[in-house]
Amino acid sequence: MNSVQLFDIIFYVLAATVLASASIVVFSRNIVYAAFSLLFTLFGVAGLYVLLNADFLAITQLMVYVGGILVLILFGVMLTNKVVSVDIKTGTLQVVPAAILVVLTAGILCSIILATHWLGAGTTDFLVVKTTAPKIGEALITTHMLLFEVASVVLLVAIIGAAMIARREKTQ
Amino acid sequence: MTQSLLLQLSVAVLFLPLVSFLILIFFGKKLARQSDVIGIFLNGAALALSVTILYAKVNFFHDELLNFTFTWISLGNVTLIGPLKFDLGIMIDNLTAVMLVVVTLISFLVNLFSSKYMEGDIRFSRYYANLGLFSFSMLGIVIANNFLSMYIFWELVGLSSYLLIGHWYEKKSASDASKKAFVVNRVGDFGFLIGILVLWANYHTLTYEGVYAAIGSGMIPFQSAWWMTASGLLIFCGAVGKSAQFPLHVWLPDAMEGPTPVSALIHAATMVAAGVYLIARTFPMLTADALMVIAYVGAITAFISATIAIAQTDIKKVLAYSTVSQLGYMVMGLGVGAFSAGTMHLVTHAAFKAGLFLGAGSVIHAMHNALHHAHDHHTDAQDIMNMGGLRKKMPITFWTFVMFTLAISGVPLTSGFLSKDEILAGTLAYGSLTGHMLIPIIGFLVAGLTAFYMFRIVILAFMGDHKDPSRLEHVHESPLAMTLPLMLLAALSFFAFYSLNPIGASSGWFFHAIERPATVVPLDMAAASTEIFEEALHHAHNTAMLFSLLVAGTGILLSFLTYHWKKISADAVAESMAPVHKFLLNKWYFDELYDATAVAGVKGIAALFAWFDGKIVDGIVNGAGSVTKMGAVVSGKFDSIVVDGFVNLTATVAGTFGLVLRKVQTGRVQSYIVFAILGIVVLFFFYRAV
Amino acid sequence: MALHVSLQHFLIVSAVLFSLGLFAVVTRRNAIMVLMGIELILNSANINFLAFSRYNGLQIDGQMAAIFVIILAAAEAAVGLAIVLNIFKNFNTVNVDEISAMKQ
Repeated sequence: MNSVQLFDIIFYVLAATVLASASIVVFSRNIVYAAFSLLFTLFGVAGLYVLLNADFLAITQLMVYVGGILVLILFGVMLTNKVVSVDIKTGTLQVVPAAILVVLTAGILCSIILATHWLGAGTTDFLVVKTTAPKIGEALITTHMLLFEVASVVLLVAIIGAAMIARREKTQ
Repeated sequence: MTQSLLLQLSVAVLFLPLVSFLILIFFGKKLARQSDVIGIFLNGAALALSVTILYAKVNFFHDELLNFTFTWISLGNVTLIGPLKFDLGIMIDNLTAVMLVVVTLISFLVNLFSSKYMEGDIRFSRYYANLGLFSFSMLGIVIANNFLSMYIFWELVGLSSYLLIGHWYEKKSASDASKKAFVVNRVGDFGFLIGILVLWANYHTLTYEGVYAAIGSGMIPFQSAWWMTASGLLIFCGAVGKSAQFPLHVWLPDAMEGPTPVSALIHAATMVAAGVYLIARTFPMLTADALMVIAYVGAITAFISATIAIAQTDIKKVLAYSTVSQLGYMVMGLGVGAFSAGTMHLVTHAAFKAGLFLGAGSVIHAMHNALHHAHDHHTDAQDIMNMGGLRKKMPITFWTFVMFTLAISGVPLTSGFLSKDEILAGTLAYGSLTGHMLIPIIGFLVAGLTAFYMFRIVILAFMGDHKDPSRLEHVHESPLAMTLPLMLLAALSFFAFYSLNPIGASSGWFFHAIERPATVVPLDMAAASTEIFEEALHHAHNTAMLFSLLVAGTGILLSFLTYHWKKISADAVAESMAPVHKFLLNKWYFDELYDATAVAGVKGIAALFAWFDGKIVDGIVNGAGSVTKMGAVVSGKFDSIVVDGFVNLTATVAGTFGLVLRKVQTGRVQSYIVFAILGIVVLFFFYRAV
Repeated sequence: MALHVSLQHFLIVSAVLFSLGLFAVVTRRNAIMVLMGIELILNSANINFLAFSRYNGLQIDGQMAAIFVIILAAAEAAVGLAIVLNIFKNFNTVNVDEISAMKQ
């Protein structure tokens, strides 16, 4: 079993994990289940990142999504459902048309992907590289300096905005 | 004494009566009794100036024509015609000077007479104001040197005549008479106006001088001999109206509804003479044919009205018909070419006819007072059958009246004899020259009739016995203000004022001053020349005098036989010729004839127009209204059904679509996402092939 | 040595993940579930970025884009959840179909 075969195996395992858990997220009636299932999806996606030689992003994924967003979501779930009511199930809307359209969309996307002639036929060599973090760091302070700064402003605004919106009015 | 001074004086004469009119019409009521003083004084001043003018004119400028012209309106250079302007002005020749004296004299005497006659009248000051207006207008006619201002004053005279006839407008007969006078005059004036327009169209000038000069240079209207005659006759139409010639004579007898002094002034002496004056003024442009027509019109008028006068019993009516008859004489005289005789008869007639009217006024005044005293309101104060024996009570009136009657009858030593004799001689000369012997025959016949009916008045009114002796007790002679004019006019009825030769006027100053003007019409159209006429006249003169004395004497004799000595019974004659008597009594049925033809015709046309207006015009208007209304209803229906329907349909369609489309607008973001995805899918299938 | 797993494999996984996220966004009534669907979509986008980056000779640009996506996702999650909380506070529900105050 060489590294390529191992890569294949890991890929399929991760892909299956991602799709399965995502399906649970989507189709689960229980929002708490969905949230926890999302945890696995995010982990799977992070694994895929690793396969794609993006180690820094994989870590970032874990830290931001799992450590931040998912917690936020769980908090949201808890804050928006009455503590006394155990019913935290979620209803669905317009399932049939949505399903048809989504399946159509998926089919279209897949047919495009398969029909497109990709650069180098969509293949690449197996590479063993060191971490990409130094490259990213270098890029962030050189070529993508503006984006970096803008992102920081966006985050600041988001923090202030979120706090502002969610703040409970004292005088009411 | 220069020419310009004379012209200035004549302007003063013209405007003095106007001043009188203006003062009296605006302040007359405040002046109360003083109105007559203003009228008498200003007219007296005008008379004095007129006499001065006549004296100066005849003595110093005998053969000169004093003329003053100014441009009233200048139209500049008119395309195709050239310079065009309206000239006005004044002109004094001997005829004008004589007429100025005649008008102002009669006017002054009438003003004087009226101060007593009209005493106590409710519109005393207005009466005097209108007299002033009349004098102004009449003088304006006389003094004008062009047809335009003559026409203006001509109409002003008509207006003042209307105002004075209708002075007692509370009386229906008076207001009717004033309207009749005005309307009948309008008929004649219409012809006059057309005549003026014909002249204007041809010569672009309206001064006598300009027109006659143009005709004299051979330019006849529209290059047609026919139009030459017609233009003269059209202008003569004005004279027919004003001078009450047949067939427009019907207004004058009715005009006697006005105050008697007014009748004397306007309807006997001056205004009616305006027509004669007009003929005299236009004499140079009248063709032989036109003159013949004029002569016949005059003759017919003289005959008709003389016959009517015989049967009338109202003293003023008799005098009115007598006036018409004498005017016919004048017109006839001018028509035959006896220019000086015709104008002289105008002047002499003005004096004695004014006197006759004023005398009649005096009689009526006295009768009226007597009847009033006896509380008799039924007896007609003007009917000669109710008079008689006034001779003793009113000697001055009687003797002056006799003088006037002798004058009008053409008895020697009177002014009337001179002028009438000359006219008759003229007609005889004309008859011998042209063969129209009917005219002299009528002339002599009328002279006899005139003597007959005038003496009838004298005998019936003044001689014999009064019907009601007790009434006679209260008849008194009129005051001096009334008798003085009578005496003055009686004096003026003597021959000496006109010619020192009692049997021939032609040697007198009048004939010398007023000579027949040379004709300007081309010779082949003109009447017999003055020389030929004079020659014929000379031959005819003695015959004419003989005949005229004969007929006058016969008329007077018959009158005395019938009414004084009762040898002939007037009633018996009337009985034996009952239809004729009735015919004459009803004035030849002229009024009835005009009622049946002209008036009825006009009324018929009016009714036709009224019908047309009521049925057709109104029908069209109402029809248009109905159609419009129907159109409005249809349009309204169209609006409410089609237009509104369309609008509502649009709204309904939009609303329906809205209702449908609102389903799509669910307000749910997720639905929108679904549609967005759908859009993407559709777009994909759209561009898939590319 | 070439990999058996080609670009298309990643892309298909990404496409399916996107479709699932989309389905969640469209059908779920709960606002938090909608947010979770959005996270799935963003993750699928990130997979695409990284896959293109990797299969184009390991370029760094794709990773930079992915980083910004993650940053925006974090901001979005924070603001989104704040909004959800506010909505809950005002409407006492987080079901998006019930929040239709702007609907007539």
